[in-house]
Amino acid sequence: MKILVNAETKEVSTHVLSDILVELGYGDVKIATALNAAFVAKTARAQTQVVAGDRLEIVTPRQGG
Amino acid sequence: MRQFYGATLSSRLMLGTAQYPSPAILTDAFRRSDAGVATVSVRREAGRGGEGQDFWDLIAALGVKVLPNTAGCHSVREAVTTAHMARELFDTTWIKLEVIGHSDTLQPDPFGLVEAARILCDDGFEVFPYTTEDLVLADRLLEAGCQVLMPWGAPIGTGLGLNNIYGLRSLRAHFPDVAMVIDAGLGLPSHATMAMELGYDAVLLNTAVSKAGDPAQMAKAFACAVEAGFLAHQADPMPARDMAAPSTPVIGKAFLE
Repeated sequence: MKILVNAETKEVSTHVLSDILVELGYGDVKIATALNAAFVAKTARAQTQVVAGDRLEIVTPRQGG
Repeated sequence: MRQFYGATLSSRLMLGTAQYPSPAILTDAFRRSDAGVATVSVRREAGRGGEGQDFWDLIAALGVKVLPNTAGCHSVREAVTTAHMARELFDTTWIKLEVIGHSDTLQPDPFGLVEAARILCDDGFEVFPYTTEDLVLADRLLEAGCQVLMPWGAPIGTGLGLNNIYGLRSLRAHFPDVAMVIDAGLGLPSHATMAMELGYDAVLLNTAVSKAGDPAQMAKAFACAVEAGFLAHQADPMPARDMAAPSTPVIGKAFLE
């Protein structure tokens, strides 16, 4: 199915968020996630279902003022 | 030293981590500033190259407290979601809450700010709201559960200094027991000194250091300026007056006409 990952269309083969992150190469990367603008805690990723067209945001630590 | 949500900081200077010419210069600036807090943000992971992890390793090595922000958020929902992501990423309940109300001035949206602050305080966050010098807004933020206020000196990134001295003095006087940090708009060390002379507990700045020709030296200059302003405030400055008053005694002056 196709989903939007940080505003880019990606093809993924699973519906479970934690599996999608592994498939996209974020398995061991320090990230935080939001699905359709709602925060998804790390502990909830394995129970979070993703459907076609969903918007996934993946963020990491960055410089800030 | 005033406490910030129970934490006693090692310095009255808080420093941002953005816009430095290089990671090495950022590190040098922090070392010379002796800043006790580093502000950080969360942003989209561009690739999978570990850029975020590299930055996090650099910040962790500084040995300072981390204050994540919600910079760039224009709605309550955006700010609250960003705060949750930051709490998980940085493992801290501290959040510098920004809800921007105007794109040109980057001034806070006071209504959204109070709403977001209430949501986050109720959810266990320790909120550092980026606010104005408005007394009523300050009161609402304290009612929402904030124990720290961060009024602006001037719009973010302008370097204009303290635009409303009367308002900032009034805010300090009305809430003498609240930890308050001047956040944003400072351009010169003298601006930081002035903020501390007004009785503020700390200053937070970024661009004034990171965009200086020599960021590390400017960081040191701000550290000295903050200390000077703090000491001056503690020393109980003389009141200003309109008329001149000779400091050298008049009595005993030789008659030479």
